[in-house]
Amino acid sequence: MREINIMTNLEKYNEAFTTTFGIGQDALEELEYQGIAAWDSVGHMQLIAALEEAFDIMFDTDDIIDLNSYKVGKQMLAKYEMEI
Amino acid sequence: MEEILDRLLQAPPYSLEKEEKRALYREALSRLTRRHYAACPEYRKILDALGFDAQADYEPEEQPMLPVRLFKEYELLSVPRGEIVKTMTSSGTSGQKVSRIFLDKVNVKNQTRVLTEIISSYIGRKRLPLLILDTRLALRDRSMFSARGAGIVGFSTFGRDTAYALNENMELDLPAVREFLQKHEGESILLFGYTYMIWQYVVCALREAGVSLSIGEGRLFHIGGWKKLKDQAVDSRRYNEAVREVLGNVAVYNYYGMAEQLGSVFVECEHGHMHCSNYSDVIIRRPADFSTSGAGERGLIELISLLPTSYPGHVLLTEDEGEILGEDDCPCGRKGKYFKIHGRIRGAEIRGCSDTYERH
Repeated sequence: MREINIMTNLEKYNEAFTTTFGIGQDALEELEYQGIAAWDSVGHMQLIAALEEAFDIMFDTDDIIDLNSYKVGKQMLAKYEMEI
Repeated sequence: MEEILDRLLQAPPYSLEKEEKRALYREALSRLTRRHYAACPEYRKILDALGFDAQADYEPEEQPMLPVRLFKEYELLSVPRGEIVKTMTSSGTSGQKVSRIFLDKVNVKNQTRVLTEIISSYIGRKRLPLLILDTRLALRDRSMFSARGAGIVGFSTFGRDTAYALNENMELDLPAVREFLQKHEGESILLFGYTYMIWQYVVCALREAGVSLSIGEGRLFHIGGWKKLKDQAVDSRRYNEAVREVLGNVAVYNYYGMAEQLGSVFVECEHGHMHCSNYSDVIIRRPADFSTSGAGERGLIELISLLPTSYPGHVLLTEDEGEILGEDDCPCGRKGKYFKIHGRIRGAEIRGCSDTYERH
């Protein structure tokens, strides 16, 4: 049996954070904007770009500002019809 | 302050009329002054030395103003240092001291919210393909963020699929620009850059190459000093014409803001007038005695912003000269004062703008 390599939405979501910020999975749950050096304003736009590419969506300007934690982002994606 | 800002954010950004604004600013600025007096020891010392009673309410003209250069000499904070998430620096020319502005989470968030309200009122809330007329390198060194990098990142929120027009050597990357424009043909394009760098590295470069990009529909926002352009006898009309000549059908918006008061920026309307929004105000002062100038009278520009909470920068005296043109009655329909900037006063310290670029 070959392993089927399809990422779940949660895996895609997590990967956007871990690759953008160079951090491990265990740091994600409590992660907040400005909470680590890498998630500053530049990092934020990189994260937005990574999420938009991963899910093929476009955030509203207001949501870009409101997405200020790993948890908030998860709920926000529901608005863009992504089940995580 | 939060409830005042929350209330303002419900309204269009150029809606407050004179009397309403005066009453609101009387309350809001007095609160800010009290807050900084209580939290920033240096600010308290200055007010005490002036014999200023921070506990009372004052008219906006009576609020104590700090000269902008004070932020170069002192580290002025109104929150514990541990809460600072971003330190903004003004990009002074080399050899000069730079301003350091300390921002906490709340202050950063409010800057972003207000900038969004102001810019969206010009371009709508839909994010447009964004061409930055600068180099990626401006985003380097993120811990001590220069005004130049911060301007680019701040503006990126309004764009998508962001591309950079200049390479690392500040040369126009024409193939990259053409690829970007081709990809977004038929769409409205957003462009952002610094006034002088656009002139030097985009307009002049395209002219020399004899190229016009023929953008179908674009909006360019630019910020920065005019001094070097004035030296070349380029005024805003010539500038806008030259931009359209090489870029195409592009509406040009000049805006004005300082590292010391990011977020509550002033945008020039289609009639060539700089506008205060609900979040900012301007007072012109006579250099001889700092009394307030009347409309049409040149003087020093004092800038007021409702946003600074983590540093005492709500009322600042700049070294720029300007004049009030009117209030609430610009033909563009925006309420609030509108004004003109004449540039740095003579004898003032030479100050770099975000658009200085040092060749190494």
